[in-house]
Amino acid sequence: MHELSICQALLNQVTCISGAAGAGRVERIVIEVGPLAGVEPGLLASAFLVMRAGGCAAEAALIIESAAIKVACDACGSVSAALANRLLCALCGGYRTRVICGEELRLLRVELRPADAAHAVN
Amino acid sequence: MCRDCGCSLTPESPARIVEVVQDLLCENDRIAAHNRAHFDAHAVLAINLMSSPGAGKTALLEATIVALRSRVRIAVIEGDLATDNDAVRIRAHGVPAVQITTGAACHLDAQRVHEALHQLPLAAIDLLFIENVGNLVCPASFDLGQHRNVTLLSVTEGDDKPAKYPVIFRASDLVVLSKTDLLEVLDDFDPQRAAAALRGLGGDTAMICTAVRRAPAIAAWLAWLDAQLHGRAGDYRRVPVRRPLSVPAARRSGV
Repeated sequence: MHELSICQALLNQVTCISGAAGAGRVERIVIEVGPLAGVEPGLLASAFLVMRAGGCAAEAALIIESAAIKVACDACGSVSAALANRLLCALCGGYRTRVICGEELRLLRVELRPADAAHAVN
Repeated sequence: MCRDCGCSLTPESPARIVEVVQDLLCENDRIAAHNRAHFDAHAVLAINLMSSPGAGKTALLEATIVALRSRVRIAVIEGDLATDNDAVRIRAHGVPAVQITTGAACHLDAQRVHEALHQLPLAAIDLLFIENVGNLVCPASFDLGQHRNVTLLSVTEGDDKPAKYPVIFRASDLVVLSKTDLLEVLDDFDPQRAAAALRGLGGDTAMICTAVRRAPAIAAWLAWLDAQLHGRAGDYRRVPVRRPLSVPAARRSGV
Protein backbone atom coordinates (compact mmCIF):
# COMPACT_ATOMS: atom_id res chain seq x y z
CA MET A 1 0.00 0.00 0.00
CA HIS A 2 2.76 2.47 0.84
CA GLU A 3 3.94 2.01 -2.75
CA LEU A 4 1.39 4.72 -3.62
CA SER A 5 3.11 7.18 -1.28
CA ILE A 6 6.50 6.26 -2.65
CA CYS A 7 5.29 6.56 -6.24
CA GLN A 8 3.95 10.02 -5.46
CA ALA A 9 7.32 11.01 -4.00
CA LEU A 10 9.00 9.69 -7.15
CA LEU A 11 6.68 11.64 -9.45
CA ASN A 12 7.22 14.81 -7.39
CA GLN A 13 10.98 14.48 -7.82
CA VAL A 14 10.72 13.74 -11.52
CA THR A 15 8.38 16.69 -12.06
CA CYS A 16 10.87 19.00 -10.34
CA ILE A 17 13.78 17.71 -12.43
CA SER A 18 11.82 17.91 -15.66
CA GLY A 19 10.57 21.40 -14.88
CA ALA A 20 14.04 22.65 -13.98
CA ALA A 21 15.38 21.27 -17.26
CA GLY A 22 12.54 22.79 -19.28
CA ALA A 23 11.90 19.40 -20.81
CA GLY A 24 8.88 18.56 -22.88
CA ARG A 25 8.34 15.12 -21.51
CA VAL A 26 9.97 12.38 -19.54
CA GLU A 27 10.88 9.25 -21.49
CA ARG A 28 12.47 6.96 -18.95
CA ILE A 29 12.84 6.90 -15.21
CA VAL A 30 15.38 4.56 -13.65
CA ILE A 31 15.09 3.75 -9.96
CA GLU A 32 16.78 1.28 -7.66
CA VAL A 33 14.75 -0.78 -5.21
CA GLY A 34 16.77 -3.16 -3.07
CA PRO A 35 15.31 -6.41 -1.73
CA LEU A 36 15.44 -4.91 1.78
CA ALA A 37 13.86 -1.58 0.87
CA GLY A 38 10.48 -2.76 2.08
CA VAL A 39 8.91 -1.89 -1.25
CA GLU A 40 7.38 -4.37 -3.68
CA PRO A 41 8.67 -3.51 -7.19
CA GLY A 42 5.61 -4.98 -8.92
CA LEU A 43 3.22 -2.90 -6.85
CA LEU A 44 5.31 0.20 -7.41
CA ALA A 45 5.22 -0.42 -11.18
CA SER A 46 1.43 -0.84 -11.07
CA ALA A 47 1.01 2.33 -9.03
CA PHE A 48 3.20 4.18 -11.50
CA LEU A 49 0.99 3.21 -14.45
CA VAL A 50 -2.00 4.80 -12.73
CA MET A 51 -0.34 7.79 -11.11
CA ARG A 52 1.79 8.99 -14.05
CA ALA A 53 -1.36 10.05 -15.94
CA GLY A 54 -1.73 13.73 -16.67
CA GLY A 55 1.79 14.77 -15.70
CA CYS A 56 5.14 15.21 -17.40
CA ALA A 57 5.78 11.47 -17.02
CA ALA A 58 2.48 10.39 -18.57
CA GLU A 59 4.31 8.45 -21.29
CA ALA A 60 7.42 7.56 -19.35
CA ALA A 61 8.75 4.07 -18.85
CA LEU A 62 9.73 3.08 -15.33
CA ILE A 63 12.81 0.88 -15.07
CA ILE A 64 13.35 -0.73 -11.68
CA GLU A 65 16.83 -2.01 -10.93
CA SER A 66 17.71 -4.16 -7.96
CA ALA A 67 21.01 -5.36 -6.58
CA ALA A 68 21.49 -8.52 -4.55
CA ILE A 69 21.88 -8.27 -0.79
CA LYS A 70 25.41 -8.12 0.58
CA VAL A 71 26.49 -7.96 4.20
CA ALA A 72 29.81 -6.96 5.72
CA CYS A 73 30.86 -8.86 8.83
CA ASP A 74 32.24 -6.86 11.75
CA ALA A 75 33.82 -10.01 13.20
CA CYS A 76 35.83 -11.36 10.28
CA GLY A 77 35.68 -8.41 7.91
CA SER A 78 34.42 -10.36 4.93
CA VAL A 79 31.64 -9.38 2.55
CA SER A 80 29.15 -12.04 1.55
CA ALA A 81 25.81 -12.55 -0.17
CA ALA A 82 22.78 -12.99 2.08
CA LEU A 83 19.03 -13.56 2.02
CA ALA A 84 16.53 -11.00 3.29
CA ASN A 85 15.74 -13.02 6.40
CA ARG A 86 19.18 -14.58 6.83
CA LEU A 87 21.65 -11.73 7.13
CA LEU A 88 24.46 -13.56 8.87
CA CYS A 89 28.04 -13.73 7.62
CA ALA A 90 28.31 -16.56 5.08
CA LEU A 91 31.94 -17.16 6.04
CA CYS A 92 32.09 -17.14 9.84
CA GLY A 93 28.38 -17.27 10.66
CA GLY A 94 28.68 -14.08 12.73
CA TYR A 95 25.59 -11.99 13.43
CA ARG A 96 27.34 -8.65 13.79
CA THR A 97 26.81 -7.75 10.17
CA ARG A 98 25.93 -4.61 8.31
CA VAL A 99 23.90 -4.57 5.12
CA ILE A 100 26.04 -2.77 2.55
CA CYS A 101 23.85 -3.48 -0.46
CA GLY A 102 20.14 -4.22 -0.76
CA GLU A 103 18.39 -1.39 1.09
CA GLU A 104 18.42 1.11 -1.77
CA LEU A 105 15.30 3.08 -2.55
CA ARG A 106 16.43 5.83 -4.84
CA LEU A 107 16.02 7.64 -8.09
CA LEU A 108 19.04 7.02 -10.31
CA ARG A 109 18.35 8.66 -13.64
CA VAL A 110 15.75 10.56 -15.62
CA GLU A 111 15.77 10.68 -19.42
CA LEU A 112 14.14 13.78 -20.80
CA ARG A 113 13.02 14.72 -24.27
CA PRO A 114 13.60 18.43 -24.91
CA ALA A 115 10.43 20.34 -25.63
CA ASP A 116 11.45 21.33 -29.18
CA ALA A 117 12.63 17.82 -30.02
CA ALA A 118 9.40 16.36 -28.75
CA HIS A 119 7.56 18.71 -31.00
CA ALA A 120 9.71 17.83 -34.03
CA VAL A 121 9.36 14.12 -33.46
CA ASN A 122 5.64 14.34 -33.26
CA MET B 1 24.43 20.41 -37.61
CA CYS B 2 21.41 22.52 -38.37
CA ARG B 3 19.91 24.01 -35.24
CA ASP B 4 17.29 26.14 -36.91
CA CYS B 5 14.82 24.02 -38.80
CA GLY B 6 14.95 20.86 -36.76
CA CYS B 7 16.10 18.73 -39.69
CA SER B 8 18.68 16.99 -37.57
CA LEU B 9 16.12 15.92 -35.01
CA THR B 10 14.89 12.42 -35.57
CA PRO B 11 12.95 10.05 -33.32
CA GLU B 12 16.33 8.55 -32.46
CA SER B 13 17.88 11.81 -31.33
CA PRO B 14 19.32 11.24 -27.87
CA ALA B 15 17.29 12.15 -24.88
CA ARG B 16 18.84 14.30 -22.24
CA ILE B 17 19.88 12.09 -19.38
CA VAL B 18 19.90 13.54 -15.89
CA GLU B 19 21.82 11.49 -13.33
CA VAL B 20 20.18 11.98 -9.97
CA VAL B 21 20.91 9.32 -7.32
CA GLN B 22 18.52 10.74 -4.78
CA ASP B 23 16.68 8.92 -2.06
CA LEU B 24 13.04 8.54 -3.07
CA LEU B 25 11.94 9.45 0.43
CA CYS B 26 14.29 12.42 0.81
CA GLU B 27 11.41 14.84 1.34
CA ASN B 28 10.02 12.66 4.13
CA ASP B 29 13.53 12.40 5.57
CA ARG B 30 13.91 16.17 5.53
CA ILE B 31 10.73 16.62 7.56
CA ALA B 32 11.73 13.75 9.86
CA ALA B 33 15.03 15.50 10.58
CA HIS B 34 13.05 18.64 11.36
CA ASN B 35 10.86 16.68 13.79
CA ARG B 36 13.97 15.21 15.42
CA ALA B 37 15.41 18.69 15.83
CA HIS B 38 12.17 19.71 17.60
CA PHE B 39 12.47 16.71 19.94
CA ASP B 40 16.12 17.40 20.67
CA ALA B 41 15.50 21.10 21.32
CA HIS B 42 12.98 20.13 23.99
CA ALA B 43 14.89 17.10 25.31
CA VAL B 44 12.05 14.78 24.32
CA LEU B 45 12.81 11.11 23.74
CA ALA B 46 10.62 9.95 20.83
CA ILE B 47 9.81 6.27 20.42
CA ASN B 48 8.10 4.83 17.35
CA LEU B 49 5.97 1.87 18.41
CA MET B 50 5.14 -0.60 15.64
CA SER B 51 3.41 -3.98 15.38
CA SER B 52 0.71 -5.87 13.55
CA PRO B 53 -2.88 -4.90 14.47
CA GLY B 54 -3.92 -6.17 17.88
CA ALA B 55 -0.46 -6.95 19.26
CA GLY B 56 -1.14 -4.78 22.29
CA LYS B 57 0.56 -1.46 21.60
CA THR B 58 -2.11 0.64 23.29
CA ALA B 59 -2.43 -1.75 26.25
CA LEU B 60 1.35 -1.59 26.78
CA LEU B 61 1.22 2.20 26.64
CA GLU B 62 -1.58 2.30 29.20
CA ALA B 63 0.40 0.13 31.60
CA THR B 64 3.52 2.22 30.95
CA ILE B 65 1.70 5.44 31.72
CA VAL B 66 0.35 4.04 34.99
CA ALA B 67 3.83 2.92 36.00
CA LEU B 68 5.76 6.04 35.01
CA ARG B 69 3.44 9.02 35.14
CA SER B 70 4.54 10.09 38.62
CA ARG B 71 8.10 10.69 37.41
CA VAL B 72 8.04 10.91 33.59
CA ARG B 73 5.95 13.31 31.57
CA ILE B 74 4.49 11.23 28.74
CA ALA B 75 2.53 12.09 25.60
CA VAL B 76 1.27 9.92 22.79
CA ILE B 77 0.63 10.39 19.08
CA GLU B 78 -1.85 7.78 17.91
CA GLY B 79 -1.99 6.63 14.30
CA ASP B 80 -5.07 4.74 13.18
CA LEU B 81 -6.90 4.10 9.95
CA ALA B 82 -10.18 5.14 11.53
CA THR B 83 -11.58 5.98 15.00
CA ASP B 84 -9.91 7.74 17.88
CA ASN B 85 -10.57 4.87 20.27
CA ASP B 86 -6.93 4.46 21.21
CA ALA B 87 -6.41 8.18 21.86
CA VAL B 88 -9.49 8.15 24.10
CA ARG B 89 -7.98 5.25 26.06
CA ILE B 90 -4.72 7.14 26.52
CA ARG B 91 -6.39 10.42 27.53
CA ALA B 92 -8.39 8.53 30.17
CA HIS B 93 -5.05 8.19 32.00
CA GLY B 94 -4.58 11.95 32.05
CA VAL B 95 -1.92 12.00 29.34
CA PRO B 96 -2.07 14.19 26.22
CA ALA B 97 -2.81 12.18 23.09
CA VAL B 98 -3.11 13.44 19.54
CA GLN B 99 -4.99 11.28 17.09
CA ILE B 100 -3.85 11.04 13.49
CA THR B 101 -6.52 9.35 11.44
CA THR B 102 -4.78 8.11 8.32
CA GLY B 103 -7.87 7.05 6.37
CA ALA B 104 -6.69 4.64 3.71
CA ALA B 105 -3.01 5.24 4.42
CA CYS B 106 -1.32 2.28 6.04
CA HIS B 107 1.48 4.13 7.82
CA LEU B 108 2.44 7.39 9.46
CA ASP B 109 4.84 9.69 7.68
CA ALA B 110 6.96 12.56 8.92
CA GLN B 111 4.56 15.24 7.70
CA ARG B 112 1.59 13.80 9.60
CA VAL B 113 3.68 13.56 12.75
CA HIS B 114 4.89 17.12 12.27
CA GLU B 115 1.31 18.36 12.11
CA ALA B 116 0.51 16.46 15.29
CA LEU B 117 3.52 17.95 17.09
CA HIS B 118 1.97 21.39 16.87
CA GLN B 119 -0.81 20.16 19.13
CA LEU B 120 1.56 18.96 21.85
CA PRO B 121 3.30 20.98 24.59
CA LEU B 122 6.78 19.63 23.82
CA ALA B 123 8.38 21.70 26.59
CA ALA B 124 6.28 19.77 29.12
CA ILE B 125 7.06 16.28 27.74
CA ASP B 126 9.95 13.92 28.51
CA LEU B 127 8.83 10.87 26.57
CA LEU B 128 6.75 10.80 23.41
CA PHE B 129 5.34 7.56 22.07
CA ILE B 130 4.29 7.51 18.45
CA GLU B 131 1.93 4.55 18.10
CA ASN B 132 2.14 3.70 14.42
CA VAL B 133 -0.65 2.14 12.36
CA GLY B 134 -0.92 -1.59 13.03
CA ASN B 135 1.05 -2.99 10.10
CA LEU B 136 4.33 -4.88 9.85
CA VAL B 137 5.18 -3.71 6.34
CA CYS B 138 4.63 -0.08 5.48
CA PRO B 139 5.67 1.80 8.66
CA ALA B 140 9.22 0.41 8.38
CA SER B 141 10.01 2.61 5.38
CA PHE B 142 9.18 5.99 6.88
CA ASP B 143 11.41 7.88 9.26
CA LEU B 144 9.23 10.00 11.56
CA GLY B 145 12.01 11.72 13.47
CA GLN B 146 11.99 9.20 16.31
CA HIS B 147 15.04 8.27 18.35
CA ARG B 148 14.11 4.62 18.82
CA ASN B 149 12.06 2.01 17.00
CA VAL B 150 10.26 -0.61 19.08
CA THR B 151 8.36 -3.47 17.47
CA LEU B 152 5.87 -5.62 19.38
CA LEU B 153 5.38 -9.28 18.55
CA SER B 154 2.48 -10.85 20.42
CA VAL B 155 2.66 -14.51 21.27
CA THR B 156 -0.69 -15.06 19.58
CA GLU B 157 1.14 -14.47 16.28
CA GLY B 158 3.67 -16.79 14.70
CA ASP B 159 7.12 -17.06 16.20
CA ASP B 160 8.57 -16.82 12.69
CA LYS B 161 7.36 -13.23 12.22
CA PRO B 162 10.90 -11.74 12.24
CA ALA B 163 11.79 -14.00 9.29
CA LYS B 164 8.58 -13.11 7.46
CA TYR B 165 8.91 -9.36 8.02
CA PRO B 166 12.66 -8.79 8.09
CA VAL B 167 12.53 -5.14 7.11
CA ILE B 168 10.60 -3.93 10.15
CA PHE B 169 12.34 -6.20 12.65
CA ARG B 170 15.75 -5.14 11.35
CA ALA B 171 14.74 -1.54 11.88
CA SER B 172 13.96 -2.21 15.55
CA ASP B 173 16.11 -1.18 18.48
CA LEU B 174 14.03 -3.44 20.70
CA VAL B 175 11.55 -6.25 20.09
CA VAL B 176 8.87 -6.68 22.74
CA LEU B 177 7.20 -10.06 23.04
CA SER B 178 3.75 -9.10 24.27
CA LYS B 179 0.92 -11.09 25.92
CA THR B 180 3.44 -13.57 27.32
CA ASP B 181 0.96 -14.42 30.08
CA LEU B 182 -0.80 -16.42 27.36
CA LEU B 183 2.22 -18.62 26.64
CA GLU B 184 1.04 -21.23 29.10
CA VAL B 185 -2.05 -21.88 27.02
CA LEU B 186 -0.37 -21.57 23.63
CA ASP B 187 1.67 -24.56 22.54
CA ASP B 188 2.71 -23.25 19.12
CA PHE B 189 4.70 -20.14 20.05
CA ASP B 190 8.27 -20.71 21.16
CA PRO B 191 10.08 -17.55 22.34
CA GLN B 192 13.39 -19.24 21.54
CA ARG B 193 12.35 -19.70 17.92
CA ALA B 194 11.30 -16.05 17.77
CA ALA B 195 14.67 -15.02 19.19
CA ALA B 196 16.47 -17.23 16.67
CA ALA B 197 14.50 -15.72 13.80
CA LEU B 198 15.41 -12.25 15.05
CA ARG B 199 19.08 -13.22 15.41
CA GLY B 200 19.01 -14.45 11.81
CA LEU B 201 18.54 -10.85 10.72
CA GLY B 202 21.96 -9.91 12.07
CA GLY B 203 22.74 -7.35 14.73
CA ASP B 204 22.10 -7.72 18.42
CA THR B 205 18.57 -6.40 18.79
CA ALA B 206 17.31 -7.21 22.28
CA MET B 207 14.05 -9.07 22.85
CA ILE B 208 12.13 -8.73 26.11
CA CYS B 209 8.86 -10.19 27.41
CA THR B 210 5.84 -8.23 28.61
CA ALA B 211 2.34 -8.96 29.83
CA VAL B 212 -0.22 -6.41 30.96
CA ARG B 213 -3.44 -8.30 31.59
CA ARG B 214 -3.65 -11.49 33.64
CA ALA B 215 -0.20 -11.42 35.21
CA PRO B 216 1.26 -7.98 34.58
CA ALA B 217 5.00 -8.03 33.91
CA ILE B 218 6.58 -4.98 32.34
CA ALA B 219 9.68 -4.56 34.50
CA ALA B 220 12.09 -5.33 31.63
CA TRP B 221 10.29 -2.83 29.43
CA LEU B 222 10.41 -0.12 32.09
CA ALA B 223 14.10 -0.82 32.67
CA TRP B 224 14.79 -0.44 28.96
CA LEU B 225 12.88 2.85 28.89
CA ASP B 226 14.79 4.10 31.92
CA ALA B 227 18.07 3.15 30.26
CA GLN B 228 17.11 5.19 27.19
CA LEU B 229 16.01 8.13 29.32
CA HIS B 230 18.66 8.19 32.00
CA GLY B 231 21.23 5.43 31.75
CA ARG B 232 24.57 5.35 30.03
CA ALA B 233 22.72 4.81 26.78
CA GLY B 234 20.45 7.63 27.82
CA ASP B 235 22.15 10.36 25.86
CA TYR B 236 19.95 9.35 23.00
CA ARG B 237 20.82 12.36 20.94
CA ARG B 238 24.35 11.09 20.45
CA VAL B 239 23.34 7.60 19.42
CA PRO B 240 22.63 7.25 15.72
CA VAL B 241 19.03 6.49 14.89
CA ARG B 242 18.86 2.86 14.10
CA ARG B 243 18.14 1.81 10.61
CA PRO B 244 14.87 3.33 9.66
CA LEU B 245 15.22 2.57 6.00
CA SER B 246 14.72 6.08 4.84
CA VAL B 247 17.80 7.29 6.68
CA PRO B 248 20.63 7.53 4.15
CA ALA B 249 23.37 4.93 4.45
CA ALA B 250 25.92 7.56 5.38
CA ARG B 251 24.05 8.27 8.61
CA ARG B 252 23.47 4.61 9.28
CA SER B 253 27.05 3.56 8.90
CA GLY B 254 27.92 4.08 12.54
CA VAL B 255 25.25 1.65 13.73
